[in-house]
Amino acid sequence: MKDSALRRRIFADRAFQVVVVFLSFCSILPMFFILFFISKNGITSINWNFLTKLPAPVGETGGGISNAILGSALLIVLASIIAVPLGILTGIYLSEYRKGKFAYLSRLSVEILMGIPSIVIGIIAYVWVVKPFGSFSAVSGGVALGIMMLPVIVMSTEETLKLIPDTLKEASLALGVSYPRTILKVILPAGLSGIVTGMLLAVARIAGETAPLLFTAFGSPFMALSLFKPVSALPLTVFNYATSPYPEWHALAWGASFVLLVFVLALNLLAKVGMRKWKVQF
Amino acid sequence: MEGPVLKIEHFSAGFDSNQVLKDINLSIFRNKITAVMGPSGCGKTTLIRCINRMHELIANARVSGKILLDNEDVFDIDPIIVRRKIGMVFQRPNPFPTMSIYDNVIAGYNLNGIRVAKVDRDRIVEESLKKAALWDEVKDVLHRKGTFLSGGQQQRLCIARALAMDPEIILLDEPTSALDPKSTTHIEELVVHLKNTVTIIQVTHNIPQAARISDYTAFIYLGELVEFGPTEKLFTVPKDKRTEEYLTGKFG
Amino acid sequence: MLESTGQMIQPMNRADQETQAQAARLRYRAGLTLSEPAFRKILYLAGVSVLVLLIAIFLSLLFASLPSIKKLGIRFLIGRTWDPVTSQFGALPFLVGTLVTSFLALLISTFFSIPISIFLGYYYREGKASSFVKTVIELLAGVPSVIYGFWGLFFFIPIIRFIEVELGAAPYGVGILASSLILAVMIIPYSASLGREVINLVPTDLKEAALSLGATRFEVVRKVILPYARSGIFAGVLLSLGRALGETMAVTMLIGNSNFLPTSIFSPANTMASVIANEFTEATGAVYLSSLVELALLLFVVTTVINVIGKVVIIKTSVT
Repeated sequence: MKDSALRRRIFADRAFQVVVVFLSFCSILPMFFILFFISKNGITSINWNFLTKLPAPVGETGGGISNAILGSALLIVLASIIAVPLGILTGIYLSEYRKGKFAYLSRLSVEILMGIPSIVIGIIAYVWVVKPFGSFSAVSGGVALGIMMLPVIVMSTEETLKLIPDTLKEASLALGVSYPRTILKVILPAGLSGIVTGMLLAVARIAGETAPLLFTAFGSPFMALSLFKPVSALPLTVFNYATSPYPEWHALAWGASFVLLVFVLALNLLAKVGMRKWKVQF
Repeated sequence: MEGPVLKIEHFSAGFDSNQVLKDINLSIFRNKITAVMGPSGCGKTTLIRCINRMHELIANARVSGKILLDNEDVFDIDPIIVRRKIGMVFQRPNPFPTMSIYDNVIAGYNLNGIRVAKVDRDRIVEESLKKAALWDEVKDVLHRKGTFLSGGQQQRLCIARALAMDPEIILLDEPTSALDPKSTTHIEELVVHLKNTVTIIQVTHNIPQAARISDYTAFIYLGELVEFGPTEKLFTVPKDKRTEEYLTGKFG
Repeated sequence: MLESTGQMIQPMNRADQETQAQAARLRYRAGLTLSEPAFRKILYLAGVSVLVLLIAIFLSLLFASLPSIKKLGIRFLIGRTWDPVTSQFGALPFLVGTLVTSFLALLISTFFSIPISIFLGYYYREGKASSFVKTVIELLAGVPSVIYGFWGLFFFIPIIRFIEVELGAAPYGVGILASSLILAVMIIPYSASLGREVINLVPTDLKEAALSLGATRFEVVRKVILPYARSGIFAGVLLSLGRALGETMAVTMLIGNSNFLPTSIFSPANTMASVIANEFTEATGAVYLSSLVELALLLFVVTTVINVIGKVVIIKTSVT
C-alpha cells in the first residue's frame, strides 16, 4: 500500500520533469523556426546590389535596401544624441540619490516610461514634432526612438553604478578630488562596461521598432537623408513590403528581415559577451 | 618638542540623533605615530574621518568644536584642500581599478587636473613607491593594473598614492585588518619608517599592534577620550580603570 | 597643487599652499572648473527631466484627445460602430479585440512560461543547458515585433487557414486566433524571465527542508515553490499583460484589420494599437484623429496602471 503510493509519487515526479523539459523545449523552438525561415528566404536576396541600391519600382526586379539601412543608421544616431547624455546623467542622479521622495518619483517615471507602448510614443512624437513642422521627418522619428531609448540607458547606468563599491568614491574624495571629478573621472570610467552594454541593448531595442516610425519617419523610397523629410528604415521596409501584394517586394522584405534580425541578434550577443569580458574587477 | 601639528578641541560629532563623539580634546605631535584604539563602535573611525572631513559626506552628519591643523581650523578651509593636506588609507585596499599602478600613484594629480612635467611625475611615482616599500616589486610592471597585486601590495600602493600628495598627516583606518600576518608585518615596518616623513594617526582595534608601533596612544570608549599619552606609559601604567580593563581584555 | 590650468607647476611647496588655495577658490567662483553645487544641480535637472517628460506625454495625449472626448463622451467606449465615413467612432470592437487577444495570449503563454521558469529557476539553475536556454530566451525577447509578424504570416496563417477549412469556417487565416498565438509566442520570453527570477528567490532552506522530509521535486514545486512564489508569478503575469496590451506590429499583421466586433476566435478584428497603426496616417478631420489619440491615451493609462501594480507586487514580495 505504502509502496504503491510511493511508486505513484515517483512516477508523477518523473512525468512532471519530462513535461517541464518538453514544454521548455517547445518554448524555445520559435527562435529556430524564425532563424530558419528568415535565413532560408532572406539569404538569397543578400548581395552587394541589395545592400547598396535603392528599392526598384513595382514590377522591376533587383531593388535594394540601401536607403533603409542608412535611414535606420540616421535614426539611431539622432535617438542616441537625445537619449545618451540625458540618460547617463539621470542614471548617475538615481545612483547617487538612492533615497528621498524626489528620487523615488524620478525612478518611478523611468519605469513607467519603459512600459509605454511604442505606438503611443509614436503619437507623441507626431504631436510634438510632425504637427508643428508640418511634415514627417527623420527628426520626429529620432525623437520617438530617443524617448524609447532613454529609460533603457537610465536603468542600465543606474544598475551599473550601484554595483560600484563606495570605497572607490571614498578613495578619490580622500585624495582631495572634487565630487564632480570623482563621479566623472573615477566612478563613470569604472562603470563604463555596463554603460556601454546598456547602450548596445538600447540600440538593439530601437533598431527593430516599427510602430513609432509609422507616422514620424514614415518611410521613403528615396535616399533622402535630410533631417526634415521622411526617411526610410529597416523595420518600416519589412512592414511595408511584407504586407504588400507584390511577390518581388516580399523578397525584399525577406532580405531586409534577415539584415535586421542579424543586426539585432548580433548586438544582443555582443552586449552579453561584453558584459562578461569588459567587467571591471574591484 | 615643538607644538602639535593637529589640535582637537572640544570636538563632538554624530549623525541624525546619534552622538558618536563627545568633547574630544587631543593633540597630535609631528612625525610621531599616534594610535587611536578602542572597542568596535567607540567612535575611533568617526574621529579620523572628521579630521579629513570625510565624515560630513554622510547625510545628516553633525560636528561641533575645532580641529586645528597648524593652527587653522579645518572646518574653515575648503574640504578639498584639507584632504590634500591630510591623506587617508582605508581598511580594505582600494586602488582605482581602471588605472595602472603608475597612474594610481599619481592619481591625486591626474584626477585634480594638476599638470606635472613627465620628469617630475616619474620622480614622484618612484619616490612614493620607494617610501611605501613597493618600488622594487613593481618597477618593471608600472603599466599593469593595480588590481593584479596581492592584498598587501595593494595596500602599499594605496599608501604610495597618499604619500604622493606630500601630505602633512596620513590617517590609517585599520590598514592591516584585511591582510594576512606577513603583509601586516610589512606594513607595520613601513609605517614606522614613514614617521620620519609624515605624521601618522592609526586607528586600530589590534592592541598589540598599537603597542608595537605607536609613540602615543589615545583610548576612546563610548565616544569619549578616556586616556591619551605616550604609548609605553599608557600600556604599563594606565591612569584610567577603563583603559586597564580594555588592555587586559575585559571588553573589546 | 590646485590649479587645473595648462601651467606646469612644481608640486608640493608647502609655503605656496595658502596662496594656491585662494587661487582655487577664485577659480571655483569664476566657474572655470565644475563646482560641486553646479554639478549637483545638473544631476537634479536630469532627474526632473524624466518626470517632466512623463507628465508632458500624459498631458499631450489628454489635450489631443479632448475634441473626441467632448464630442463623443461615453459613446466612445460603448459604441459598437467605428465608421469614419459616417463619423461614428465607437471603440468597443477594439477594446474587445485588445482584451480577447491579450488574455488569450496570456493563457497560452502561461502554459509554457511557468514550466520554463521552473526549468531555469529550479531544475537546471546552472550548467550548459541552462545558459543555452537562457540565451535563447533573451534573444527571443529581442526579436523585433515586425519580424515576428512577418514570420507569423508565413507560419501560423497557413496552419489556421487549414484548421478553418476543416471546421467549415471562412478561411481568413488572419484574425483573433492568429494574433493571439503570435502574441503568446512574443510574451513567453518576457514572463519566463520574470518567473525564473521569482522562483530563483525561493529560499534554499525551504526547499531543502521539504526534500529532507522525503518530498519529490514535483512535490517541492507544488507545495513549496509555487505557493511561495505565487504573488511574484502573478506580478509577472500582470507585467506580461501590460506588454501584450501595447504590442502593435505583429498583431497588426495578423489580426485582419476589421473594425467590426469580433464574433468568434476566427474573426478578423482590430486592437486599439492595430487600428491606430492602420488608420492614423489616413485620418482626416479633427474628431477622427483625436479619437485615435484617445485610444492611445487609453492604452497609456491602462498599461501604466498595470505596470505600476505589477511592480508594487514585486517590491512587496521581494521585501519579505
